[in-house]
Amino acid sequence: MKVNIGKKILTTNEEYAAKNRQILSEKKKFCLNMISSPGSGKTTILSRTITELKGKIKIGVIEGDIQTDIDTQRIMATGAPAVQLNTDGACHLSALQVNAALKKLPLDGLDLIFIENVGNLVCPSAFELGENAKIVVLSVAEGDDKPAKYPAIFAKSKVLLINKIDLLKTAGQVDFDIERAKTDARRLNRNIEIFPVSARTGEGFADWCNWLIKAVKNQKH
Amino acid sequence: MHELTIAQSLLEAISAEATKQNAKPVWAKISCGAFDAVNDESLCFAFEAVAKGTPCEDLKLEIEHKPMQGQCKNCSQTFIIDPASIKCPKCGSEDFELLSDASLLLEQIEFQTEQ
Repeated sequence: MKVNIGKKILTTNEEYAAKNRQILSEKKKFCLNMISSPGSGKTTILSRTITELKGKIKIGVIEGDIQTDIDTQRIMATGAPAVQLNTDGACHLSALQVNAALKKLPLDGLDLIFIENVGNLVCPSAFELGENAKIVVLSVAEGDDKPAKYPAIFAKSKVLLINKIDLLKTAGQVDFDIERAKTDARRLNRNIEIFPVSARTGEGFADWCNWLIKAVKNQKH
Repeated sequence: MHELTIAQSLLEAISAEATKQNAKPVWAKISCGAFDAVNDESLCFAFEAVAKGTPCEDLKLEIEHKPMQGQCKNCSQTFIIDPASIKCPKCGSEDFELLSDASLLLEQIEFQTEQ
């Protein structure tokens, strides 16, 4: 006997994503879900972003990692509040975990919340966390073919940060065709904002930070 | 790896229906979109692991993948997106909007009929 069901499967995650969305929109907080491979420089980007925007935007961070609180310590060294989530082996953050972390952050004093997802270019794209937008980070050492090879996350993200562009300054260090990466990302996502940056030197951060200032302002109106 | 999370949710959903029907589920069909990034082998493996010792043990899982779809901004035609060359099949425009992805759905369950 076959029975038609037609029910969503990840309902618990979706329920909590909706709760998170409500908390964030009621308090008019802008929230970004940051996704990339391990080692692309997410935490370094966040540390520099927090420092550059000091006095302009108050930022809080939810750190997702399989283990350790290394990243939370790095964020807290900048003076920003951070909450660590450990997934104990799981490859992505769930909306339920983010819900608990949102309750630990001093939300009222913040303008912008970054969720640094577990380093993984595939799995986190399947789990909505209640964020306003996803941003994807690709570092030049990973190769310019990633937008073509991992289309889902590039199609779904509002912003692409191409990090470690300081490595492109010395010819022969890294073979990365920045135009190829941009073209492939835009083929999937015509309106994606692309910011080539170096979290190490600060190059490109002015444009990225201006985008954040505007996005936060829009959220408040 | 996130297939384990999906398998657990799926087991809960199928078990709830089995309780309602008061019958043993033997087959289930689910569908997923490109953004769900589901690997069939991983999901079947994960499901087998979580279903062990439950009435869903030995259940056969069928997984349907729904392709990414776009809508042409020029002529409104909807079409399946081939990431290698995205073009409206009707007017040739490359300007399109990504349609929201199919979400993970439990489509159908087959229950053992009592002899």
